Amino acid sequence: MTTTAIPAEARSAPATAPKRRPKREREGAAWVFLSPWVLGAIVLTLLPMAVSLYLSFTDYDLFNPPKWVGLRNYVQMFTEDPRYWRSVVTTLTYVLVAVPLQLALALVVALALKGMKRGKGFYRSAFYAPSLLGASMSIALVWRAVFNDGGTVDNLLGTGGWVNKPGWALLAVALLTVWQFGAPMVIFLAGLQQIPAELYEAAAVDGAGKWRQFLSVTVPMLSPVLFFNLVLQTIQAFQVFTPAFAVSAGKGGPADSTLVYTMYLYDRGFVASHMGYASAMAWVLLLVIGVVTAVLFRTSRSWVFYASEGDR
Amino acid sequence: MTSTAVTHKPVRWGRVALHVGCLAALLVMLYPLAWLLATSLKPADEVIASLDLMPSHLEWSNYKTALDGVNDVSIWRLLGNSLLIAGGAVLGNVISCSLAAYAFARLRFRFRGPLFAFMIATIMLPHHAVLIPQYIIFNQLGLVNTYWPLILPKFLATEAFFVFLIVQFMRGLPRELEEAARIDGCGPFRSFFQVVLPLTRPALITTAIFTFIWTWNDFFTQLIYLFDPDKFTLTLALRSFVDASSTSAFGPMFALSVIALLPIVLFFLAFQRFLVEGMASSGVKG
Repeated sequence: MTTTAIPAEARSAPATAPKRRPKREREGAAWVFLSPWVLGAIVLTLLPMAVSLYLSFTDYDLFNPPKWVGLRNYVQMFTEDPRYWRSVVTTLTYVLVAVPLQLALALVVALALKGMKRGKGFYRSAFYAPSLLGASMSIALVWRAVFNDGGTVDNLLGTGGWVNKPGWALLAVALLTVWQFGAPMVIFLAGLQQIPAELYEAAAVDGAGKWRQFLSVTVPMLSPVLFFNLVLQTIQAFQVFTPAFAVSAGKGGPADSTLVYTMYLYDRGFVASHMGYASAMAWVLLLVIGVVTAVLFRTSRSWVFYASEGDR
Repeated sequence: MTSTAVTHKPVRWGRVALHVGCLAALLVMLYPLAWLLATSLKPADEVIASLDLMPSHLEWSNYKTALDGVNDVSIWRLLGNSLLIAGGAVLGNVISCSLAAYAFARLRFRFRGPLFAFMIATIMLPHHAVLIPQYIIFNQLGLVNTYWPLILPKFLATEAFFVFLIVQFMRGLPRELEEAARIDGCGPFRSFFQVVLPLTRPALITTAIFTFIWTWNDFFTQLIYLFDPDKFTLTLALRSFVDASSTSAFGPMFALSVIALLPIVLFFLAFQRFLVEGMASSGVKG
């Protein structure tokens, strides 16, 4: 409808209207294109953020009007709720175990595939497959069975089932994340292919061995990609939910050892109907992710190298 | 003997070792998938306490039980619900994200810089920060326990990731085409629909595939918004097995798991090129 109206107007515009008019029209058009996004950003992002900040200072059970309690939720969280701290420690442990392992594996496999002439495409796709399947409930259920008492891992290692042991259940969850190393691997591989071969040739001429080439050429040239993967995977790891839910039958056990942050948030908000408390938890998560991202960006200045900055 | 072979063609042996290593790694990685497939076909008494992947005989009745559905809801209903939500999400994301992306990539407007920065920032925003108020809004509108909360946000370009992905792609398109179109009298709408959009197809396909797979796999949002068993998706139906640990339900449960995984596997096989490349160029997490 609009598409037919516009050209007719545009045809007559240069003759009659002053110069500014077409520009204004384009500005108007831009806002038409943007309107779904603007509506979503206001109604589903900005407004909810403000509301959840407000709710975090209230008692709210979804049925009665919110009751202002000031900092009560935060005080309770930080000083009176051992399960909250349990979930914080669990999540941090999970992030610190899963993310480095996953990225290390992704890098090693990407390096192995890098110079390969035959079969590269096949391996790339095959290693990537778990990244898509792994987020499903189906695989999470497989994970629980394989790591359970009498499951494959028990049969192989005689561990008696990790899922039932407080110290080991979280590792099973982390391994499910590590298993999905294909996504960062593909990004690493793309990054490795961007590194000009001349750099390696020059390094070799200067007498650098393979290891030296890795440290002096590959690592600095790959650092932006490494940084990108690190930020992305860290942010996502903080929000892990499905595998912990499946492995612990939705309870975060044994002994709260898989009670990750989002699961406790779900428990407080949607099971116990403490929406105010859950909102406070959500805001702390938002702040923590913000701070972690900011710190990563800050430290990145000292180790991330952008080729365009340096002299080539 | 071997040393002469090694000095003769030293590269070859390294290659072989590399392939052996990669294949070994693949075997370990694909084990859970093989296990899933095998278990879905095992008789109840062989599920546990056996390292053998191969069942003594194929127990197709597991699939028959799975096809009967869960909680008296037929599997076709569950499948239909999953498809409806995933399909709606794909449509919503492709339309709204490409519209916003075109504005950011090609049009000039006030506050473009700050708005773009805000859009990028929302990629990092944890879903939980907006979750509860969104739930309250949908609750007030009486839309909890319907599919609207799962589909509507996609029509409002809330998945900034895809906006960014399409922006990046559009920026790579030659501007001359649109300039030529403008000289020929095309307004922004026509040049979007007739010039830019057709060229953006690869990015739109990537968006569609990833939206489908993510929505299909999504558990958290569905868990919160859907209560009635006959509104359940396959993922939510699988959830009813989460509490159950009795071995007798193992076979049917994993048969249903296979069925739930099938569309993703098919998507993967059909579009792996798009998936892997779309992912490499944009950094989409699977």
